[in-house]
Amino acid sequence: MTRNDIKDLILEIIEDIDDEADFDSLDPDQPLRDQLDLDSMDFLDIVMELRKRYKLQIPEEDYPQLATLTSCTNYLEPLLKEA
Amino acid sequence: MAVSLQQTKDAYDVIVVGSGLGGLTTANRLARSGHSVLLLEHHHRLGGLATWFTRKTHIFDVSLHGFPYGMVKTCKKYWNREIMNSIVQLRDIVFDNPQFSLRTTFDKEDFISILNEKFEVGMGQIERFFSRIDKMNFYDDQSMSTRELFEEFFPGRTDVHRLLMEPITYANGSTLDDPAITYGIVFSNFMNRGVFTFEGGTDQLIKLMAAELEKNGVTICTRARVDRIVTKNKKTIGVEVNGAFKKAGAVVSNSGITNTIFQLSDPGQYSEEFLAKASKIRVNNSSCQVYIGIQEGEHIDHIGDLLFTSLSPEFDSAELLDINTRSKTFSVYYPKTRPGLERYTIVASMNSNYDDWAALEEQDYRSTKQHMIDRTIVDLERYLPAVKTKIDWLEAATPLTFSRYTLHTKGTSFGTKFEGLDVSRTIFKEVNGLFHVGSVGIIMSGWLGAINYGVIVANDVDGYLRSL
Repeated sequence: MTRNDIKDLILEIIEDIDDEADFDSLDPDQPLRDQLDLDSMDFLDIVMELRKRYKLQIPEEDYPQLATLTSCTNYLEPLLKEA
Repeated sequence: MAVSLQQTKDAYDVIVVGSGLGGLTTANRLARSGHSVLLLEHHHRLGGLATWFTRKTHIFDVSLHGFPYGMVKTCKKYWNREIMNSIVQLRDIVFDNPQFSLRTTFDKEDFISILNEKFEVGMGQIERFFSRIDKMNFYDDQSMSTRELFEEFFPGRTDVHRLLMEPITYANGSTLDDPAITYGIVFSNFMNRGVFTFEGGTDQLIKLMAAELEKNGVTICTRARVDRIVTKNKKTIGVEVNGAFKKAGAVVSNSGITNTIFQLSDPGQYSEEFLAKASKIRVNNSSCQVYIGIQEGEHIDHIGDLLFTSLSPEFDSAELLDINTRSKTFSVYYPKTRPGLERYTIVASMNSNYDDWAALEEQDYRSTKQHMIDRTIVDLERYLPAVKTKIDWLEAATPLTFSRYTLHTKGTSFGTKFEGLDVSRTIFKEVNGLFHVGSVGIIMSGWLGAINYGVIVANDVDGYLRSL
């Protein structure tokens, strides 16, 4: 997967979680939590969906790396390069 | 439809033991993510303490009372839209005690104006208080108690303490001595955007949940009491239920955490350190309830949806738990609860200690129960004069009743104190494939807490199953 594929993937998963999420003014370097009104339960949903789709096991201590769209992409890029 | 144990397969990816809201949610979430799930419940109906019962033509809701706004999003994400769309607000919450009487919509805005106008607390102080509790989270220091938090912001103001604490004590059994963070987390959820209920009643909610579970392929088996969770070399392999062995890659216990460790599984397999922690878990108190049925065709006035009432001069956790407490809530179920049925029921709830009731001899038990019913009617008549003549069903539950139906240690109706959460969260590190979901740690309690915890545990189970 390219970095752009990963970004699309994350946004697609977020859209499944919240179909009213508005991505138009999303700043990739600011926390997703504040911009999209996501809570810790939503991040758990993202983790579970990535595991279901790509058998990715993201340990709890790595959850902070999912904070922004850019940090998500940085974190997932090496893990999903074969996907 | 629930099936009989004979109709179930010999092996599943995961077996869920118990069908409280946590167990139901874990089962649903795991089935949706592709695992085969067997749900076993000892009672003849699903729901755990999220339950109801019928007498004559009355339907009594045991724990519906009211839940936070967060249920809307949670039900939408983890159940379905039909369930979400049945959530409606209760707008008339009443406090009545010797220190103050007021009505509130139970949201942050209203609490701020009540604190400022009625209790004459300065806006700056109110804002500082809300800002402090909004920021509280699970990882913060736990050494500060709720009492200390209140004393810091509202020193000596026992009336303010009562307003802020009483609903939380009824909601989760916590006291002023529990960690301030448990208070802050629950308060921020609960006394924030109002209190909500489920239109159609508990029976309708559980019916919709059962339908969703079946749609997602969960095998449901009621009247199936699990005797033992079977493990081999610190790995979970299944359960023994009604004398039969059912194999599973993982087992999720929605029994109480103490029941899970000390009764359902072999305590010998846990590390000494873990057992030491587990044996120190304090369960929360239990409850008493009085169920009041208004005769068909009769009508009662609107006196509020949920009433926090007390004759005790000040808020006092011990007084609330006393067998002769003068404090109770009334949950009033008007016809709007079940549209189409023109019926009224009232459920009075009190916090209570299991040991106080368990110590009574049969005759004392019955007369104490009758006194409680009588006191409740006297209290109710302060709001509904002469209501006694309209009542055609009266019945009470005590901690012994809660214990019989939930099988929980000491009939706890609110799970455990804070320390139970860590034990519940780490049991799978002791025995592979064994998980616990259920009311623990005060914050994972109540309808919203139980459902959200079900999601958190489902994530752990899914991670484990996919790593096998």
